[in-house]
Amino acid sequence: MGISSERVKDILASEKFKNLVKKRMRVSITLTIIMLIVYFGFILSIAFYKELLAFNIGEHLTIGLPIGIGIIVFAWILTGIYTRWANKEYDKSVRELRNNILEG
Amino acid sequence: METIQSTLGQVNIASIIIFFVFVAVTLVITYWAAKRTKTTSEFYAADRSISGFQNGLALSGDYMSAASFLGIAGMVSLKGYDGLIYSIGFLVGWPLIMFLIAEPLRNLGKFTFADVVAFRLKQKPVRIASSFGSLMTITFYLIAQMVGAGSLVNILFGFPYEIAIIIVGLVMIAYVLFGGMLATTWVQIIKAVLLLSGATFLVIMTLSHFNMNPIELFNQAAEKYSDAVLAPGQFVTNSWDAVSLGLALILGTAGLPHILMRFFTVPDAKQARKSVFVATGFIGYFYILTFFIGFGAMVLVGQDVVSTFDKGGNMAALLLAESVGGQFFLGFIAAVAFATILAVVAGLTLSGASTLSHDLYVSVFKKGKSDEAGEVKVAKIATLIIGALAIFLGLIFEGQNVAFMVGLAFAIAASANFPSLLLSIFWKKFTTKGSVASIITGAGLAVLLIILSPTVWVDIFHNEAAIFSLKNPAIISMTASFTVGIIVSLATKEKSAEEKFEDEKLRTYLGIGAE
Repeated sequence: MGISSERVKDILASEKFKNLVKKRMRVSITLTIIMLIVYFGFILSIAFYKELLAFNIGEHLTIGLPIGIGIIVFAWILTGIYTRWANKEYDKSVRELRNNILEG
Repeated sequence: METIQSTLGQVNIASIIIFFVFVAVTLVITYWAAKRTKTTSEFYAADRSISGFQNGLALSGDYMSAASFLGIAGMVSLKGYDGLIYSIGFLVGWPLIMFLIAEPLRNLGKFTFADVVAFRLKQKPVRIASSFGSLMTITFYLIAQMVGAGSLVNILFGFPYEIAIIIVGLVMIAYVLFGGMLATTWVQIIKAVLLLSGATFLVIMTLSHFNMNPIELFNQAAEKYSDAVLAPGQFVTNSWDAVSLGLALILGTAGLPHILMRFFTVPDAKQARKSVFVATGFIGYFYILTFFIGFGAMVLVGQDVVSTFDKGGNMAALLLAESVGGQFFLGFIAAVAFATILAVVAGLTLSGASTLSHDLYVSVFKKGKSDEAGEVKVAKIATLIIGALAIFLGLIFEGQNVAFMVGLAFAIAASANFPSLLLSIFWKKFTTKGSVASIITGAGLAVLLIILSPTVWVDIFHNEAAIFSLKNPAIISMTASFTVGIIVSLATKEKSAEEKFEDEKLRTYLGIGAE
């Protein structure tokens, strides 16, 4: 590709690119932390406070069942949220920056 | 005691026919794929022609092993709720792959995850170290799969163990050797569709005994045994064990070389992202089904019968299939379980072969100077080596308890592969020496601590007490790996790596220059 190193430096230093990286890191880290909190919340309650998940919510049913299955569904929804954000917002900025670079 | 009615262990004609149809179809696909597998990009990465949706299915086919299908269903049938803890752990690593790894990996790498670790570091030492981590992960995973395959086929079809290992080995070698990544991908896709539809049918037929109401299934389980089956039980005796296992599962998934390799088969980062979304959906759905299957076996087959056939409960799903769908359905599920193993070992073998040829032979031995035809030839020889190794390991570990090896593979993946990959992508000051030290520390400690742990030191070597009390070492070995990686990097400044980090951003975030 014929991009001069000067130009690369300009782009890397541009506000637009910096914002893109910052935004992406923020979304990734936020979602990662949410996932870790939910998962380790579950693991720690199994390790240190089993009674919580054994709490009865029906004749025999415990709250641990919907919570466990819920975590699986939740994990999938999180990947959906990320995909939606990336497809709509991130890709748009990437396209703009790429065009800017490849044309210039 | 009532007599146990099951044809399990007898020759099941339906099963053999379905299995041979599967093998025939996949070999035809391999023949078709062979004509499209000439260059390195075709052999390792299916010429980046796989769509996001297809790759999502293939990823789930690569990841849903017979061990998790039969093992988790069995564990649920005998222990109830505790089996779900494993399922959740195996799933929640996927969102992290999506948020942290998938897109930078796709943009920076070519064929293996070591491409990404070594991107701005010194090729030779980093390639050698990460190949070491990769090959260890792959070998332990392969042993667990091969031994599982041998015993499963032995029980299901009545073939001798050795024959079963050799059949699995030869068919898998044929896929990879001739059809490369394209054939492997389609084997995994077909297997995923078969496994998902088989499990869905099994759950529908099970629930038809409970007015299609899962709550009634759970209630009957509680009435037949006790309320304890619906709550966390004795799975966790040592609280820190649960945390350590949790770490290994959630971060180990992001360090499995055969999974990471699949991201190079799609055209760009957008499709890589889509693959994870699709894969997480299918894998999550599958684990939820497994949970119902386990409870179904508990109620309809009964714990005493399940444990008569296998102490660990591994035959629960199959016994349930026979109980709700008769001999033909048993045959179908058995054939699917066998196909499942084939797809997983093919993925592992391809990944091991690419480590040997791309990371070690070409990048280290030939210093990156190798022609296309030469590298494909080396990759094929590497496939034969890994395939032969898989058969050999399958044979020598016959009858051994290898269940801990899956845990070990995840512990090494989380402690040796994942820290270097993450630091290399995100941390500017990461250095060659830091990476090598981190990988060696992680892999070495994971292996050493597993040997000293109750799983090996007590259960296999029959010592009285374990020297290291946790069953899974990840909490120590992964923390140590990150710490060593960071300290050594800070102590060994690498100017060229820092400079390249800035330029690399163009590729990481925008995909400019991605292969």
